[in-house]
Amino acid sequence: MTHEFELQVNGIAHPVDVDPSRSLLSVIRDEIGLTGTKEGCDDCECGACMVLLDGQPVNSCSYLAAQAEGRSVTTIEGIMNGDELAEIQKDMLDEGGVQCGFCTPGMIISATALFARNPDPTKDEIQIGLSGNLCRCTGYGRILEAMKHTAANRD
Amino acid sequence: MKELRIATTLEEALALIAEGYQPVAGGTDLVVAARGGNSELPDHVVAIDRLAELSEINSSTGGLQIGATVSHARLMSDESVVDGFTALADAAALVGSPATRNVGTIGGNVMNASPAMDTGSPLVVLDAEIVLRSARGERLVPVSDFWTGPGQTASEPDELCTAVAIPNLPSDSGSAYVRLEYRRAMEIAVVGAGAVVSLDPDGDGRVVGASLALTAVAPTVIAVHGIADALIGRLIDESALADVAALAGDQASPISDLRASNDYRRHTVGVMARRAVEAASRRATGESILVPVNRSIGIGAVT
Repeated sequence: MTHEFELQVNGIAHPVDVDPSRSLLSVIRDEIGLTGTKEGCDDCECGACMVLLDGQPVNSCSYLAAQAEGRSVTTIEGIMNGDELAEIQKDMLDEGGVQCGFCTPGMIISATALFARNPDPTKDEIQIGLSGNLCRCTGYGRILEAMKHTAANRD
Repeated sequence: MKELRIATTLEEALALIAEGYQPVAGGTDLVVAARGGNSELPDHVVAIDRLAELSEINSSTGGLQIGATVSHARLMSDESVVDGFTALADAAALVGSPATRNVGTIGGNVMNASPAMDTGSPLVVLDAEIVLRSARGERLVPVSDFWTGPGQTASEPDELCTAVAIPNLPSDSGSAYVRLEYRRAMEIAVVGAGAVVSLDPDGDGRVVGASLALTAVAPTVIAVHGIADALIGRLIDESALADVAALAGDQASPISDLRASNDYRRHTVGVMARRAVEAASRRATGESILVPVNRSIGIGAVT
């Protein structure tokens, strides 16, 4: 039996009718067509699939899509300020926090949630905020620099 | 999975569970196990994460009742948990990552019954009772009787864990949970220990009550026997802490696996036990040791 529901992603309601086993990640990518959210491990380890669910970061690979009915999902495509990159996106580019780029959407989603609840995080708090996101390129140094830059320049 | 139902009332959820539906809240065990290929999703699943009555933390004169779907993120920041039942906040703050803690729940931990669950030792030393509901009624099971083996509990198939109930500690008490970890996030305890220490209110620092439980050294989380007898009337000094470590090591029956050998676990669980007892006794004097203890006393401290 398929599960029919409405999924709100980046402020737009999408009618969905899928197998109830489907993950939120697979519905976002393959039904709605937003491919910014990445599938890394598909096992809740790497954080590449991170989205915001009612403003809180969640691993979408291991969250049942149908459980997101009536909740608000934000993906990397919903982070920009209109046509402008968000501050954290600019800082990731400026500081060289992106190499292959596969972890980047998840990193930015986790950082967005962190800055929303803690406008002026310490380095420790940034590290804890990003502790569910793996990067295999950068060694994290430049990602942390980007986040610290964003934190320092917030009002 | 053939069917997912989103329960809107507890009665509806209990009726479905009686028909064989498996409950899911955050899915950090059920769904992750399926993604990892360890087990298939059940055919019939009922989501219980929207049931308001399962998501409350209620203080009463006798203690605290924590709803089954209260998340780790709430446990680690809720004032009544942090102030009165600090070991549970220590444990919740170590679970997974922020994303895991946002959807993972205390009830999920309790029913998953992993011997490595971080919240297990705190529930044992805090004398928690597991609140089980079914269409037949409600019953409370002491946590010391609840876990019967890895992944096994004393609950019946039609019962849902709706809450954990924790009695208040005596005055001049403190609690703490410490674990050995190889990394600071997305980690499972190599070994861990939870402790409660109650001190003489007259202020001479002597112990009047103590309990200790161990994580990931037996088929279930276990209580350490004889800890109160060993500590009552004494100061928490080097000699007392050495006795704590010895008792813990003696009662551990760890396995060897990829993550640690039997001998290493037996030794390190003693180290975690003495750290947990020391942190609990310092909190009992009113000293503020921030949650989680792991980050506050130098184990895996973020630099």
